[in-house]
Amino acid sequence: MPKDSGIGASSKRREDVRFLTGAGNYTDDINVHGQAYVHFLRSDIAHGRIKSIDTSAAETMPGVVKVFTGKDFEGVGGMPCGWEVTDRHGAPMQEPPHPILAQGKVRHVGDPIAAVVADSLEQARDAAEAIELDIEELPAVLDMKAAAQEGATLVHDDLKNNICYDWHLGEADNDKVNEVFANAAHVTTLDLVNNRLVANPMEPRVAVAEYSRGTDEYTLYTTSQNPHVIRLLMCAFVLGLPEHKVRVVAPDVGGGFGTKIFHYAEEAFCTFAAKACNRAVKWTSSRSEAFISDAHGRDHVSRIELALDADNNFIGLRTDTYANMGAYLSTFSSSVPTWLHGTLMAGNYKTPVIQVNVKAMFTNTVPVDAYRGAGRPEATYQLERVVDKAARELGVDPIALRRQNFITQFPYDTPVALTYDTGNYDGTMDKLEAAADLAGFAARRAQSEANGKLRGLGINCYIEACGIAPSNIVGMLGARAGLYDAATVRVNATGSISVMVGAHSHGQGHETAFPQVVADMIGIDESMVEIVHGDTSKIPFGMGTYGSRSLAVCGSAMVKATEKVIDKAKKIAAHLLEASEADIELKDGQFSVAGTDKSVAWGDVTLTAYVPHNFPLEVEPGLEETAFYDPANFTFPSGAYACEVEVDPETGQVSIEAFTAADDFGNIINPMIVDGQVHGGIGQGIGQALLENCAYDENGQLLSASYMDYAMPRADDVPFYSVDHSSQTPCTHNPLGVKGCGEAGAIGSPPAVINAVLDALNSGGKSIDHIDMPVSPSRVWAAMNG
Amino acid sequence: MTQVSMTVNGQAVSGDVEGRTLLSSFLREHLSLTGTHVGCDTAQCGACVVHVNGEAVKSCNMLALEADGADVGTIEGQAAEDGTLNVIQQAFQDHHGLQCGFCTPGMVMSAAALLKENPRPTEGEVRKYLEGNLCRCTGYHNIVKAIMAASGQDVSNIAAE
Amino acid sequence: MYNFEFEKPSTIADAVAALGGEDAQALGGGQTLIPTLKQRLAAPSALVSLGGIPEMQGVCVEDDGAVSVGGATSHAVVAREAAGAYPALAALAGQIGDPAVRNRGTIGGSVANNDPAACYPAAVLGSGGTIVTNARQIAADDFFEGMFTTTLDEGEIITSVRFPVPQAASYQKFLQPASRFALVGAYVARFADGVRVAITGASEDGVFRWSEAEAALGKEFRPDALMDLRINPMNMIGDLHGSKEYRAHLVSVMTKRAVEACM
Repeated sequence: MPKDSGIGASSKRREDVRFLTGAGNYTDDINVHGQAYVHFLRSDIAHGRIKSIDTSAAETMPGVVKVFTGKDFEGVGGMPCGWEVTDRHGAPMQEPPHPILAQGKVRHVGDPIAAVVADSLEQARDAAEAIELDIEELPAVLDMKAAAQEGATLVHDDLKNNICYDWHLGEADNDKVNEVFANAAHVTTLDLVNNRLVANPMEPRVAVAEYSRGTDEYTLYTTSQNPHVIRLLMCAFVLGLPEHKVRVVAPDVGGGFGTKIFHYAEEAFCTFAAKACNRAVKWTSSRSEAFISDAHGRDHVSRIELALDADNNFIGLRTDTYANMGAYLSTFSSSVPTWLHGTLMAGNYKTPVIQVNVKAMFTNTVPVDAYRGAGRPEATYQLERVVDKAARELGVDPIALRRQNFITQFPYDTPVALTYDTGNYDGTMDKLEAAADLAGFAARRAQSEANGKLRGLGINCYIEACGIAPSNIVGMLGARAGLYDAATVRVNATGSISVMVGAHSHGQGHETAFPQVVADMIGIDESMVEIVHGDTSKIPFGMGTYGSRSLAVCGSAMVKATEKVIDKAKKIAAHLLEASEADIELKDGQFSVAGTDKSVAWGDVTLTAYVPHNFPLEVEPGLEETAFYDPANFTFPSGAYACEVEVDPETGQVSIEAFTAADDFGNIINPMIVDGQVHGGIGQGIGQALLENCAYDENGQLLSASYMDYAMPRADDVPFYSVDHSSQTPCTHNPLGVKGCGEAGAIGSPPAVINAVLDALNSGGKSIDHIDMPVSPSRVWAAMNG
Repeated sequence: MTQVSMTVNGQAVSGDVEGRTLLSSFLREHLSLTGTHVGCDTAQCGACVVHVNGEAVKSCNMLALEADGADVGTIEGQAAEDGTLNVIQQAFQDHHGLQCGFCTPGMVMSAAALLKENPRPTEGEVRKYLEGNLCRCTGYHNIVKAIMAASGQDVSNIAAE
Repeated sequence: MYNFEFEKPSTIADAVAALGGEDAQALGGGQTLIPTLKQRLAAPSALVSLGGIPEMQGVCVEDDGAVSVGGATSHAVVAREAAGAYPALAALAGQIGDPAVRNRGTIGGSVANNDPAACYPAAVLGSGGTIVTNARQIAADDFFEGMFTTTLDEGEIITSVRFPVPQAASYQKFLQPASRFALVGAYVARFADGVRVAITGASEDGVFRWSEAEAALGKEFRPDALMDLRINPMNMIGDLHGSKEYRAHLVSVMTKRAVEACM
């Protein structure tokens, strides 16, 4: 029987009511009396030297409050990078400055050159057109391999080359790796591209900043996944403001998918300009502007080699990747191809020798940073594509080859720095085989063929590392932040509870799922618990939401704080019941003395905490506790996915006929929400595999600069998905045994789709090893006729 | 400035607008009806869908003055006076047809237009009709399911509840 | 957007007069024009809405059997009201954009804009239609002059478009996955005196008639008649969504499918 409340119940989302009635409060819905509007004049060329900027005409235009250029920001810091990667020789990465407005050069189409603050947005745009620019165009650096050559044009003149870092992980001894490959019975090699994507949350970014001269206080409303991180970075590294004078609010946020983690120049600009203009300043990105100013995702070019012995055991894996950083280092960009990618190259397999090499490159493109999965999809794609190719080359069943090489003993230390605490990859694959009715595939293929279509089945597995931690380890690896989270459980006198959490909800349903945990622990109704998030003035601290961490990290902090509350409440209850604290039990909202019928209700205890007439002398009044939680390890969700496609052999059009996901997320708090997270991830993964492609031309102009050319998945591009979450190996080191589910779908689905397309094409008699994503009809047709 | 008058969710409203003022701007900025969202500038995403004289239109792609005299319906007018969700809204909540909520107003308004035209759409018809509404969160699964449920169809056999 | 005056006349004569103003521009449904204005790619002094002129609305069947569509008629109305008289035209209208776009976008706006990937030009050219303006009647064969270019004069208004109704017709559209315009669309119309084939989405020169296919189908109206015909990829559009060769290939496939649908 499904539960109807508490942990494990599919409680309906309470946040839905405001979203369904138009009563949400998104950042663009916030207007501050007297606000001015900013328009950014952005570079329309990819690379150029600024010779002069003349703003004099613009300054006299109607409605103009002030015009800013890079000169106005010479005294403040640039946009910081939150992770210092150390290269293979022990040297720190090359870290160029990233000014709020361009200084000296423009380095990508969209790089902000000047900003006009005016009474209205159209006046700001009018004035921006009156700014006279003299920019000497320079050759655009676009191809990563060419950019790495000696003598290549430099994106940053002060750096020695365009290589941010040249990094490796795993087996450092090349001779040893070469020997493994030399002795292999079979080696499969694959060159592939992980296509550049644009995250495209449906809500474009917005920032509204206000400043009070009377109190010297700032408030920034922004579309962020982590308001405390924004405040810390902006205050400490960019503007040099005292943190206690700055409030950052991320109200309802319309999706993030990673791209709203980062601290952006527009946030710092509005905050700075609010004081400089002594007026609130608002910026609302248009979608067109988002394409050239939101950090992009993925964009890796890789070669991967898999060595197998005569019995088809994986004996070695080597991968070389060029990872695009774009023109500047966005907040967490440097960590994505390294600690979020190289560490995942073992996948679900007990490959003993693994070497990962990554060159991170500067190019004249929009900065690239984390997008749903962040490094893990790139690793999974490489690994699961090369395994599938190996199965085809060897003529063995792709599922059997995977099963044969699965890790089966836990904990397992990988050769790439992780310790998997738990998992059951065979069990999850069993679930997939049943849920996807793989036994019936042959009949479905015959039916498709009778209709003139090719049908393919693609399988893949994935492992992901979520809830990135612990802080002391990530600190050694270069993180410039801790990766704990915090929660405060504030019990009111009447027994209702507000929980202030550091995680931010922008679609994940925290406002519903988090109370299920607290209510379950105490035994009260979920409606008595409310979650407060997204406002630095209300919450002690928080690292925000990304990396599928909210429940595993912040949820654990919430559990710890609730445990403290319960401990204290038991002391009060013991006093009221004239019993020993050790004998007090809490069940269904009643404190009782073990073995007696004496009890006192939750509400009576909480009221006593605030009206402490009859109260234990050694206990403080009130009932409020805070906990910080720093996990001992990552969590390791895993899964197995199956995709069935049909290919129209005449046009190359691919349609997804079925998609099945079997995931192991450990314990599940709200199954409905977890299923929804997986659906969304699969939708994005199918988007990457079939449709989405962020492309530049040879001059660095963005070709896919709007929804007219950037193909977003639509309702009729995808089927109903089948998801199975019954394979559960609880995380061993957090109190809820949860692992995280937000990114799995986007990590596990692209290789399944591509494997399926190749299976379909090969079933039609073609011998096609690989097609790069997105497998558009044009590309499929070209491969079939190549 | 030109005066524009229309009925919005049953209330007569008017305001002074420029020629270039979009219907979405009039709703959001002049009337503070911020439930109608703007997610793109090329008429693709559909977050701004409202009803004009009973038909779904993209309000960010229509001038406010073109709606002069029209009967306009927005997401704010969908629930009953006492706040009770209408059948489509309720189905979206019941079937988890929304996550971040940003595309949701447009989805609900499009779904209402669909069900008016076609009271029992098939899965394929729902997916086709949503061609002009982008959602980045749900993978569409639960949106399609919710709309079919709102039409009174049994959705209990749809994969993966 | 730059600002502009807005006018909404109720007669064609008033609209023509309003469009006489310097840099005045006609506004159909605005589904292409408004996004263009948002990008500040155009700066009309005035927009003259054609949406308030009753005589430019609706679908009717004329005495000679031709279907006449008022220039300001929305795609949704054509999809509904032409379904009986000219099903292929109605089906094409029902595939443009999305439902909300179809409720605003108009045939006059689409035909006057002559986007190389728009659907309507294929129907007009494929049907051998006539563009009726406030000043004259223009045969489709003379009207489309290449990408975004037509023979319309400044200030000239498409008041209606007249379609002779073929014995059989079909439009087959292969979607550009982002914009949902046609990557390639083929309109095949079989008349008593011959076959017309119009292709949209494919060519650098905009909509065009595929005369070799017309000749072959005129002799023998069946899919196999196209078997040996190939379009030269040279003048095809090659972009992010499909190479020149791919588009040339799709022209054959979509035309064949349109013939099949006519059978």
